[in-house]
Amino acid sequence: MKLKRKVPVVLLTAAALTVTGCAQSDRESESTDTGTASGEFKDTFTFGAAGAPKLFDPFFATDGETFRVTRQMHQGLLGVKPGTADVQPELAESWTPSADGLTWEFKLKQGVKFSDGEPFNAEAVCANFTRMFESKGAAQTAAEYWGYFFGSFSDKPEGSLYKSCEAKDESTAVINITRATSSFPTILSLDSFSMQSPKAMASGDAGNVQAAGEGFTYPPYVMAPVGIGPYKLDKYDEANKTVTLVANDMYYGEKPKTAKLVFKIIPDESTRRQELQAGSIDGYDLPNPVDWKGLEDEGNTVEVRPAFNILYMGLNAKKNPVLKDLKVRQALSHAINRDQMVKTQLPEGALAASQFMPEAVSGYNTSLQPNAYDPEKAKTLLKEAGAEGMTLQFAFPTEVSRPYMPDPQKIHDAFKKDLEAVGVKVEVVSKPWNGGYLDDASAGNYDAWLLGWTGDYNAADNFLGTFFSNYEQNDFQTSAHPWGKKLSEDLKAADAIVDEAERKAAYELINKQIAEEYIPGLPISHSPPALVVSSKVEGLVASPLTAEMFDQVTVSSK
Amino acid sequence: MARFIIRRLIQMVGVVFVLSLLLFLWLRSLPGGPVSAILGERATDESRAALEKAFGLDQPVYVQYLKFLQRAAQGDFGASTAVLPGRDALEIFFTRLPATIELSIIAMAIAIVFAIPLGYVAAKRHGSSIDNGAVVLSLIGVAVPVFFLAFLLKYWFAIETQTFPVSGRQDAALGCTRVTNFFVLDGVLTREFDCSADALRHLVLPAIALATIPFAVIFRITRASVLDVLDEDYVRTAEAKGLTAQVIRARHVMRNALLPVVTTIGLQTGGLLAGAVLTETVFNFGGIGSTLAQAFTQRDYAVLQVLILATATIYVLVNLIVDISYAIIDPRVRAR
Repeated sequence: MKLKRKVPVVLLTAAALTVTGCAQSDRESESTDTGTASGEFKDTFTFGAAGAPKLFDPFFATDGETFRVTRQMHQGLLGVKPGTADVQPELAESWTPSADGLTWEFKLKQGVKFSDGEPFNAEAVCANFTRMFESKGAAQTAAEYWGYFFGSFSDKPEGSLYKSCEAKDESTAVINITRATSSFPTILSLDSFSMQSPKAMASGDAGNVQAAGEGFTYPPYVMAPVGIGPYKLDKYDEANKTVTLVANDMYYGEKPKTAKLVFKIIPDESTRRQELQAGSIDGYDLPNPVDWKGLEDEGNTVEVRPAFNILYMGLNAKKNPVLKDLKVRQALSHAINRDQMVKTQLPEGALAASQFMPEAVSGYNTSLQPNAYDPEKAKTLLKEAGAEGMTLQFAFPTEVSRPYMPDPQKIHDAFKKDLEAVGVKVEVVSKPWNGGYLDDASAGNYDAWLLGWTGDYNAADNFLGTFFSNYEQNDFQTSAHPWGKKLSEDLKAADAIVDEAERKAAYELINKQIAEEYIPGLPISHSPPALVVSSKVEGLVASPLTAEMFDQVTVSSK
Repeated sequence: MARFIIRRLIQMVGVVFVLSLLLFLWLRSLPGGPVSAILGERATDESRAALEKAFGLDQPVYVQYLKFLQRAAQGDFGASTAVLPGRDALEIFFTRLPATIELSIIAMAIAIVFAIPLGYVAAKRHGSSIDNGAVVLSLIGVAVPVFFLAFLLKYWFAIETQTFPVSGRQDAALGCTRVTNFFVLDGVLTREFDCSADALRHLVLPAIALATIPFAVIFRITRASVLDVLDEDYVRTAEAKGLTAQVIRARHVMRNALLPVVTTIGLQTGGLLAGAVLTETVFNFGGIGSTLAQAFTQRDYAVLQVLILATATIYVLVNLIVDISYAIIDPRVRAR
């Protein structure tokens, strides 16, 4: 009887041992080292990503986590010089504008193929632009970046920056645009406008986006696109939250140093750090600034990106008419202690801001300094304006951390104290980032609020134009000011200047006017985000645009 | 019995319908929404209006709800806007559900395997040091927050000793084949036993963290219930008849004491889904819990609706199974 009872236990134990035995023997047969003779490097670089890629066709992508992956698989006509925000040739070797800045001739690299073996040439370039420009229906709404940067699509050509594309010869593509702008051709370095195989897009019905309930449905192509890049998609294991890329054999450039690239999706920052400590990932993005030192003490390398962002305090004179007085806005600017906030709340390398764009952007005015912290001057100005004891509804977002604003509440607390110290009565408002904060800021529901911007590409228009160009509707409600229309017109005029030096001078002047005469809001700081890699990782170049390439990264196996 | 089951199933449809209405109204009354979550700082009036129109969010709420019901009746619960944009929300649910079930089964197995014997022993040795020790252990199980326990487990067993993985469900380098998305089962089906073993290794720490509360609750109910039964006349009679301890335990004590325990297990199983939100988030375990948290943060209406409605359906179904199991354990219920 006793023996009978023990039999199933023995069998189960044997089965368990067999399973474990198989697991061990199989795992031993797995090799993680590269095929190099010395086995000095691993063949896989594993990166801890904060979020899942939404899809793999960058044309419909809008978020950084998606672009991080698609960037390894796709290239555009223009690229970004590693470690900077400056453009450099990518699939186009060079480009030449016409005198009026409306016609651009791109000389293409030769001998380049898409990962499906199809040739890359001028016809392929035009097929790509046609595909993007001629998007229909829901695809237009889904192609947010095209709408944002090119204005509109073929059914409303009057609002479009893009006009047409001609394949002059095999290696020369000519793109015509409708107006000269400083953003073109720089915007072609954006991942959304990467080149993809026309054959694969046609057979995959790449533009077939449909509205479905509260969302869109995409064609299967978006999960298996064909581009040009050092890597191509191997597998997206949704259930296991990992994306695996493998080296693209068709790639024209230098072969990747690691044959496999794995993105392990770990939304929680502290879990990413623990994974790095355990050695199961080789690096991750956006380490909390308070952890930087600890991470370095553990032997990791914290790669600090050059700051390419701006944190500002928006001011809305429509909501609070007291803010219409320039002296009040000047007073608020002198009341807040930027340097103290930067020192105590932001990571090392952060700077107080004097204008609404970082120094790397052409048109930055080096003669401007951040407004000095001077509470006495602030009080005097408020008195002169008859605004002593004014009330200011000042908002901050919750449930969010942005590269320019790691902890919004702490920043808000610091400025609230500063404002109260000069006699301003602060009404505190907070809302979740996705729970109404952005909507309210945009709808003009706050007197003052904290927000910021990370640049997409290196052009003053991407900062100043975004904030103030649209006179009728912008977050700062500049239409409430007598100078709002002029600022908008000046920005549009500056953007249309073809000569670079002339354009730079125009933006420098505008920056000075904004800082001294207009003050539509208060520029606060530029904050450098970072990423961290283990001591085994070499070859990673941090990008101010968070546009890191991983193909030249090596991971030591020792 | 069939009548009883049918009646309960009809009640279940009613519950889900009312819940869907409340959920729909609640989600749309929250500030913000999928459009601002998608557009972020880049939002303009035009882009916001275009997306709202495309998603049908510019319509009155009752129109949106009627359209939702119409589509849902055809099995279309809408597409995700944030978790996996474009993907059918129901498909996301079924892709993520196996992780939660796997985790819940292991967690509940751990809780039951330890709690019921310990509860019995504690009751039998009422007032002894074993009893006192077990009660303290159960109190700790209820009192310690899951995230703190998770941190300790990770620190000791994943970072310091590296016995178990820090997070996730499986090592991506193994390249395991997916069949059902139950990773342990998939490894057995495809004979990739290393994949099963690796999935089990990944399950250990989150399952222990998730098991603590049900362990404590089941232990306390078992202990109290056994104490009650041990005082009953029929147990004394059985002892007087000279029955062996094993027979008394199996036929008279545990059989009667288990009724409230089974009820508790049923309720705790439903509760595991709630506990999974935190455990899955902390251990980056890609199940329903962590997906629910993500969908809420990013206001992914379609995924939230499916996840909450489907979870509620499962909860009601589990309770139905518990009610049926009463009848099996207790012949008196069957007779009624």
